[in-house]
Amino acid sequence: MTKTGGVQCEISLTVNGEPRTVRAYPMDRLLDVLRQQLGLTGTKEGCGEGECGACSVLMDGALVDSCLVPVLQAQGADVVTIEGLGGDARACALQETFLEYGGAQCGICTPGMILAAVHLLREKPEPTTDDIRQGLAGNLCRCTGYVQIFEAVAAAARRGVAR
Amino acid sequence: MKDDRIVGLSAPRKEGRDKVTGRARYIDDISMPGMLYGATVRSRIPRGKIKKITFGPGINWNDFVVVTAQDIPGKNHIALIENDQPCLADGVVNHPEEPILLLAHPDRHALPKAVEAVSIEYDALPPVFTIEASERQSEIIWGADNTFKTFLIQKGNVDEVWNKADYIVEGEYTTGAQEQLYIETNGMIAAFDSERGVTVWGSLQCPYYVHKALMALFNLPETKIRVVQTETGGAFGGKEEYPSMLAAHAALLAMKSRRPVKIIYDRAEDMVATTKRHPSRTRHRTAVRKDGKILGGEIDLTIDGGAYLTLSPVVLSRATIHAGGPYEWPAIRVRAKAVATSAPPHGAFRGFGAPQSLFAMERHMDRIARAVRLSPVEIRRVNFLKQGQTTITEQTINEPIDLGGMLDRALENSSYREKKQRFARENESGNTKKGMGIAAFLHGAGFTGSGERYLRSVVGVEGTAEGRVRVLVSSTEFGQGTNTVLSQIASETLGLPYDDIEIAQPDTGDVPNSGPTVASRTAMVVGKLVASAARGLEQTLTASGTLAANHTPEEFRTACRAYVAAHGQFRSLARYDQPANIFWDDKNYRGEAYSAFAWAVYVAEVAVDLTTYSVTVDDFVALQEIGRVLNPVLARGQIIGGVAQGIGFALYEKVEWRDGRMQNGQMTNYIMPTSADVPPIRVFFEELGNTHGAYGAKGIGELPMDGPAPAIVNAIEDALGVPMDSIPLLPEDIFDAMASASKRESDAHFPAGVR
Ligand code: FES
Ligand code: FES
Repeated sequence: MTKTGGVQCEISLTVNGEPRTVRAYPMDRLLDVLRQQLGLTGTKEGCGEGECGACSVLMDGALVDSCLVPVLQAQGADVVTIEGLGGDARACALQETFLEYGGAQCGICTPGMILAAVHLLREKPEPTTDDIRQGLAGNLCRCTGYVQIFEAVAAAARRGVAR
Repeated sequence: MKDDRIVGLSAPRKEGRDKVTGRARYIDDISMPGMLYGATVRSRIPRGKIKKITFGPGINWNDFVVVTAQDIPGKNHIALIENDQPCLADGVVNHPEEPILLLAHPDRHALPKAVEAVSIEYDALPPVFTIEASERQSEIIWGADNTFKTFLIQKGNVDEVWNKADYIVEGEYTTGAQEQLYIETNGMIAAFDSERGVTVWGSLQCPYYVHKALMALFNLPETKIRVVQTETGGAFGGKEEYPSMLAAHAALLAMKSRRPVKIIYDRAEDMVATTKRHPSRTRHRTAVRKDGKILGGEIDLTIDGGAYLTLSPVVLSRATIHAGGPYEWPAIRVRAKAVATSAPPHGAFRGFGAPQSLFAMERHMDRIARAVRLSPVEIRRVNFLKQGQTTITEQTINEPIDLGGMLDRALENSSYREKKQRFARENESGNTKKGMGIAAFLHGAGFTGSGERYLRSVVGVEGTAEGRVRVLVSSTEFGQGTNTVLSQIASETLGLPYDDIEIAQPDTGDVPNSGPTVASRTAMVVGKLVASAARGLEQTLTASGTLAANHTPEEFRTACRAYVAAHGQFRSLARYDQPANIFWDDKNYRGEAYSAFAWAVYVAEVAVDLTTYSVTVDDFVALQEIGRVLNPVLARGQIIGGVAQGIGFALYEKVEWRDGRMQNGQMTNYIMPTSADVPPIRVFFEELGNTHGAYGAKGIGELPMDGPAPAIVNAIEDALGVPMDSIPLLPEDIFDAMASASKRESDAHFPAGVR
């Protein structure tokens, strides 16, 4: 990866709970490091410019577009991708409700959408419809028209509350 | 029907779990050992002769693989209808972004700079950028007259209707280009082997289109070309014809380098260089009686096909046949043409011409209503097609239809009357004007006319050594639910659990040609073939005496395993045969255009803010009759997703053209609806018990693209009292329309047309 030139450096971060060290140019995109170096291809690229949210990951708990994050910024950070959600009860509930309610069609936006929804439900465990709309507004989906995604998130929230 | 076990239920999406866990592998998620990355050098001018190509300084060109038109072993065209589109420009370019040469390198990040470093000198030729300029023919850029295709439909004697008319209503309507904007951009990997030939893997809708294109390009027999579809992140028609180009490019680089080559477009390249919905202009002139009955009319429909013919004739065909909407025309003449301009070829996009001509028809109905002083509701009711009447191609509607009843229910579900009254009161004051709009429409399912007969699709169903069942089709999944619905059909037919059914990966080396995945044909046409191939499998087992007519799933599995153990591969094929009574006259465009139509009435509620001129859609009712609903969750998802794209088509998605090139090829400045923009989209299905495809299904995928734009624009007219006849309709367009309307007199909105 010689995208931006410069000198490669070692960057240590936690990805999905495991400590990882990668060699990369400081300005390499976190997205490329995850996908190409760490083989975590569940994180997708839709635009490369921070518009579509397909590349969403959680970084120290915040929802970020990994296409906009230079890997240097991830030094020491705790990054969670779609592959790292297995043990998260909220994420599992969301995966089930996405299946039940038709929240995924072509699926390319789905990993980012689920991370955005996990983030939303952590902040607002009982979101209103408007919270859901606004909470997902950084994640574009061309297939679903969003309505069934809203329903899936609302259903997952209800299940979370019942638990 | 009520005994069906799984058809009609919302079986979970077959590949859904892989998608929600991030395990699904799309083309850019796949790597091959030794793989290179490819990129495309494209024309920077709209039209001209290529004088000289220079490989500039600062790049170690020895590290690059370079492919030009001279490297093509077979024909330098992308085989489709007329074969007029080159794979790589050879001496001339006919549109901006036309591919000229290809580069490959082991480091994908080394490519953009190299692409920039190739400089090309041209002798510019005069380009043509609009439908009107193309029609003037002062510059001929394609064929003898810039015309790709014309159609003429004539029913009854239109020349006689004008004298009998109480009103003659005229209007002109235009629609813009629209980008499909699948979130996964186009991508492909190709490999070449002198023994096995060419293999490509990629994001695509129609494996056998790509297969046909590569055979011609490489001059190889069908056994030496293999096309495999990988998980596809949205398509909407945008991956119908263009992937043949991309596959050709990747394969040429692979052949020259003898290494696998991957090409993934970035968003900007995908937006500016690949196909979009055809821009259109439609003129209506209609003779109407004072009770609102249409006596006859003329429709002139023109679409902009861009620089090469590609699929324009077929898009035009569908636009033409849908131009009269769901109405009874005693007499009509439709003249349609597709013209050439110096833009990248326009192509398939959900709806395929119908959204354009139906936008015009449904806007025009509201204009007629105003002229005749009837409500938009009544004008439609008076003219709706009824069972036993004929469409504009003189196809008799034999099935029960109930457009009047559908209209009533759509009005009721949207509280149309109550809201109309309330908004009329409230709009007198305040800065937000609200309105209600209706669109009624139809969408023909499957290929037009004789299309399915020519396709002669084949479907296979295989019993495996494990006793499972695999469905073998080239019909692809790209979000619409192909895998799920075809599995439900096989499961239902064989009485096996849904989980016993697998869908083979679409791979031309393994699956038969079940036709392209287009035209809302998969559930209806391919689904029916899956059912009959599945029955064939079962009959083979019962005939061989290893399976009783009444059997349990476990008995089926046992018999299947035994059959494979004894005889090897166990497959049953079914081929499409068109019923003999379907009549279609391709020359006069008359007859049974489609084996089934889906019918719909949509109602939009909008609010226009007179400070910002922005429009919000506050409520949307989508009511349709699509035959049997095979999977309610998926069907509803198709409708909602289509409506959202229709909202974008109407209100947001504007391609800014300069010199034939899209200027806003980014998601930051080409705006599609976000989760904050969509209204509650409320979906209603009516089942009238019509029987068509598998278990009574008709087509569904494209229908929801047709209605939203006219319903929304009709609602905006209702809110503002000013007609808007062009989409997309952005705030500045609304401002302009209102400013020019206020200059005119209050009843002068229909100056030429109303008598
Ligand atoms: S790829 Fe990062 S926001 Fe689109
Ligand atoms: S499911 Fe296709 S983009 Fe969201």
